[in-house]
Amino acid sequence: MRTAVTEDLARSFGLSGEEYNRVLAIMGRTPTLTELGIFSVMWSEHCSYKSSRVWLKQLPTKAPWVIHGPGENAGVVDIGDGLAAIFKMESHNHPSFIEPYQGAATGVGGILRDVFTMGARPIATLNALRFGRPENPRTKRVVDGVVRGIGGYGNCVGVPTVGGEVNFHASYDGNPLVNAMTVGIARKDRIFLSAAAGIGNPVVYVGSKTGRDGIHGATMASTEFSADSEDKRPTVQVGDPFTEKLLIEACLELMATDAIVGIQDMGAAGLTSSAVEMAGKGGVGIELDLDQVPARETGMTAYEFMLSESQERMLMVLRPDREQMARDIFHKWDLDFAIVGRITDTGRITVRHRGTVEADIPLAPLNDQAPLYTRPTVDTPKQEKLNPARIEDRYGLARALEKLVGCPDLCSRAWVWDQYDSTVGGQTVKRPGAADAAVVKLEGLTRALALTTDCTPRYCMADPEMGGAQAVAEAWRNLTAVGARPLAITDNMNFGNPEKPEIMGQFAAAIRGMVAACETLDFPVVSGNVSLYNETEGRGILPTPAIGGLGVLDDVALAVGLALPPWLDIMLIGNTVGWLGQSLWLREIGGREDGAPPPVDLAVERANGDFVRTHILNRTIRACHDVSDGGILVALAEMAMASGVGARLMTHPPGIPGHAFWFGEDQGRYLVAVADYATFARAAESAGVPAMRLGTSGGQNLTLPDGGSISIAALRNAHGRFFPSWMDNSTQKETP
Amino acid sequence: MKAGIVIFPGINRERDMAIALEASFGTAPRVIWHKDTNVAGLDLVVIPGGFSFGDYLRCGAMAAHSPIMRAVKAHAERGGYVLGVCNGFQILTETGLLPGALLRNASLRFLSMDCHLRVERADTVFTNQYQPGQTFRAVMAHGDGNYFADKDTLDRLEGERLIAFRYTTKAGEVTPEVNLNGSARSIAGIFSPNLRVLGLMPHPEDLVDPLMGGTDGKPLFDALAAA
Repeated sequence: MRTAVTEDLARSFGLSGEEYNRVLAIMGRTPTLTELGIFSVMWSEHCSYKSSRVWLKQLPTKAPWVIHGPGENAGVVDIGDGLAAIFKMESHNHPSFIEPYQGAATGVGGILRDVFTMGARPIATLNALRFGRPENPRTKRVVDGVVRGIGGYGNCVGVPTVGGEVNFHASYDGNPLVNAMTVGIARKDRIFLSAAAGIGNPVVYVGSKTGRDGIHGATMASTEFSADSEDKRPTVQVGDPFTEKLLIEACLELMATDAIVGIQDMGAAGLTSSAVEMAGKGGVGIELDLDQVPARETGMTAYEFMLSESQERMLMVLRPDREQMARDIFHKWDLDFAIVGRITDTGRITVRHRGTVEADIPLAPLNDQAPLYTRPTVDTPKQEKLNPARIEDRYGLARALEKLVGCPDLCSRAWVWDQYDSTVGGQTVKRPGAADAAVVKLEGLTRALALTTDCTPRYCMADPEMGGAQAVAEAWRNLTAVGARPLAITDNMNFGNPEKPEIMGQFAAAIRGMVAACETLDFPVVSGNVSLYNETEGRGILPTPAIGGLGVLDDVALAVGLALPPWLDIMLIGNTVGWLGQSLWLREIGGREDGAPPPVDLAVERANGDFVRTHILNRTIRACHDVSDGGILVALAEMAMASGVGARLMTHPPGIPGHAFWFGEDQGRYLVAVADYATFARAAESAGVPAMRLGTSGGQNLTLPDGGSISIAALRNAHGRFFPSWMDNSTQKETP
Repeated sequence: MKAGIVIFPGINRERDMAIALEASFGTAPRVIWHKDTNVAGLDLVVIPGGFSFGDYLRCGAMAAHSPIMRAVKAHAERGGYVLGVCNGFQILTETGLLPGALLRNASLRFLSMDCHLRVERADTVFTNQYQPGQTFRAVMAHGDGNYFADKDTLDRLEGERLIAFRYTTKAGEVTPEVNLNGSARSIAGIFSPNLRVLGLMPHPEDLVDPLMGGTDGKPLFDALAAA
C-alpha cells in the first residue's frame, strides 16, 4: 500500500505550503513518498541553513593559511611541515535531550566522520556542553548520560577528549547543548573532498548496515520541542564506536592509495544528503540501487533507506580499476563494502528499489532552489552600564572567592574529564585543566596544536554583538595563553526559533560581533554548524555561538600552563575598570543577572595577546592564565589550585572598589608569572601594554589585600565539592 | 630483545606503545595482526590497550579466542616474554595466561587520571630498573580495571610474590581512597609464576616523555630493552 503524497503530508515532514509548491514546480508532478522525503530533509533547516545562510556569508573565511573554508565536511588550515589540520564543531542538541547517552555519543561519532572523511587521522576531540539548572531534577540525568555518552564513544574509538566547557543555566533546562569538535591531521597534498566525478564510476557504500534508526532526525532537529518530545526517541540513532574505529582505520588505509575519487560520510539525512551532495558538487548525476544497500533489517522501504540515519556509514566514488583493492581493505577490517550505484551524466538522482524507480529528481533545482529566507530581525535592547561604586559588597573577598570557585559554573570539572580518556595517542601535552587550551603534539614532530572552545552565553543574551565578539576573542586569548599562534575557528551557532524576530536579531548581531573579532584578530571561520529551534514550550536558550579555536605552537617545549610556580612575581596584563555587569560575582554574590556585559576592545585584545605570546615564547612568562569568568581573583585561585602554591597579593589601585577590581570581568586580560616584574613591566610599557604587579607567589595560602586569607586546601575543597556530591559518585567499594 | 605488538580490531593504544618501545629499544616493534598465527623471532609480545572487538562481550573475551592468541600462549609456554596493558591485561586473564578477572570499576564510571603504583618486586626483567617499594606515576584509562580473584588465588599471588604493582599513595601507602577502581588487595598488575608474563591496568607507555608530563614509565621499557 502506498502512502498518498499531499500538502498535509508535506507539512508533517516540515515543508511549508510554499516550499511544497516549489517541489511540485520542480518535479512537474506529485512527488513520490521517497522524493518528498528527500526534498523535506534537504530543505530542512538542519541541511539547508535556510534561515542562517544570508548571515553566515558575512563571516571572514580567508587567510593565507586557509586551505578549505566552509562548504566542505570540515575546515582545513596549513600548519606547516607539509601538514594540514582539519577541524569542525557540530551540535547534537536535540538528540541529546531526548536520549542523552546516544545523542552525545553519536554527536562525537558524527564529528569524527566529518574529519576523517577528508583524509585526516583524528587526534583530539573537545566538547562544549550547556545544561539546565542543577536544581532541575532532570538536569542530573542529562549530565550523566551526556558525559557517559561522550566517554563511551570517544574512549572506545581511541581519540583523546582533551578539553571543552560545561555551563549551567535555566534556559537550557529543556534544551541542553552538546557541541562536539574534532581535529585531525592530514598531509596537505592528500585532502579528500566530496565531489563525485567520472561517469560510470562505482558508488560504494562502506561501514555499518542500514536500519530504521534516525529516520527524519534532521527534520526533528529543525523544530521546537514540546512536552511530548520524548516520544521522538526512535528518531535518535544508536552509536557503535567499535565500527567507527574500524572505519577510520580502513578509510585511512584506502586513502593512502589513489582509489578514491570522492568521499562523504552519511550524517544527517543519511544516504540522501551524501548522494545529493557528492553528485551536486561534482555536477554529475547519481544512480542508486537500494537492493544493494546492506540492510540490518528486512522489509525496509526506499523511503526508509534514503532517510535512515544509521551511524558509521560512508559513501565513496572509486576509480573502477581500484574496486577490488578497496574491497579487500574493507573486508580485512570486517566492514561491509557494497557497490550501490554509478555516477551518471543525467544531472539527476535516480533511486531504484525492487525494480521500481522510487525517486528521480533533478539535482540542480534540488540544491539551487532550496529555500533561503531573510527573516525579520529585531535588535536586542542595550542594557545599562552598571556603576561598580553603587554595588555594595557585604561578603568580603575571601568568602566571595570560596563561594565563587565552588559554584556550578566555576567549580572543578574533574568529575567530567576524569571520565574521558585524554591521553590515548600519547601526544597530549596539556591535559584538561592544565592550561587555558589543550595542547596536543604532532607525533614525531616538535610542532603542536592548541585547542579550545569558548562562549559566554550570558554576555550574548545581554548584548549579542558584544557576546559574539567576546566568544571569538576569548578563544583567541586561550590559545595565546599557552603560547600558540591562533589560526582559525569553527563556529557552532546555537539559537532559538529563527521565525521570531528577536531570535533572528540575536543571530544577526552575534555574527556582526564575530565578523569584527575575526577580522581584527586574523582568525577566520573555516567550518561550522547552525542549530536553531533550541526552544522548549516556546522558551529559547541563551544565544550560544560556541567557538572552537585552533592554534599552532612551532616548538611544543615552549608551551606554558596555568599552574602557578613558587617565588615569582604575578603580573596582570590589560586594563581593569572593575566591570561587574553580567559578571559571575554579580550573579552568585549579588544575586543579579543584569547590566551590559564587559566591552571587548579588539585592537587592545590583539596588542595584549601579541605581547603575552612573545614573552611566553622567549621564556619570560612561566605560567599564564586568561582572566575570564570570576575575574582576577578566581583566575589566580585557579592557578594556585593547579600547583598547590599560594600567593600574597598587594593592595589594588585606588578609585575602584575592591570587589570590582578583584572580581570584575574586564576583557583582554591575562595573569602571568615572571621572575622579575621590573624588567617585564618595562617591556610592557615600551609595547604600550598595561601591566600591573599584583603580588608574589609562594606559601600555602592566598593572602588577600583586605587582610583576609584562604588556604589552597580550603579552595580545593570548595572547588572540588559540587560535581561529586551532586552526582553522588562518592561510593567506592571496599577492598576485600 | 626483539619486540612485537599485537593488533586486534578496536585496539587503540598501539601507537603509544610503539613510541615507548621504540624510545627504549631503538627500533620500531614489529606489528602483528590478530589473524596472524605465529610470533616467531620475537622475544617480547606486547598486547596494548583499547577496546578489542568493542569489548561488547566481556572485555578481552573475543580477542582471547583469536588465532594469534594460540601463538602467544605457546610463546609464553616456551618461556617467552609477554606484556599486556589495560585491554591487554584483560585479554591475558581471559586467555588464562594470568589468573583472575577485571571487573567493572567500583564507581561504575570510566577512570582517566594519573595514579601511583608501588613496585612490589624489582628483581624481574620488567621491573629491575625500579627500586623495590618505590612508587611511580602511570596513566589510568579504563572502565573495567577492578581486579578480582578468589581468596585462594589472591593468597597464592601474595605467597608466591607474583603481585607486580599495587595502587598506593605517592608515599607508597595502600589506602581505599587511592584504590579507585576497587581492585582486590589494591592489585594493579601481576606476574605469571615464571615472572615472564606481566599484565597491568595503568599505562606506563603514556609517561615516557617529559613533554607528556614525566618519564615514570620509561624504566619498565628500558629494563626490557636491556634484557
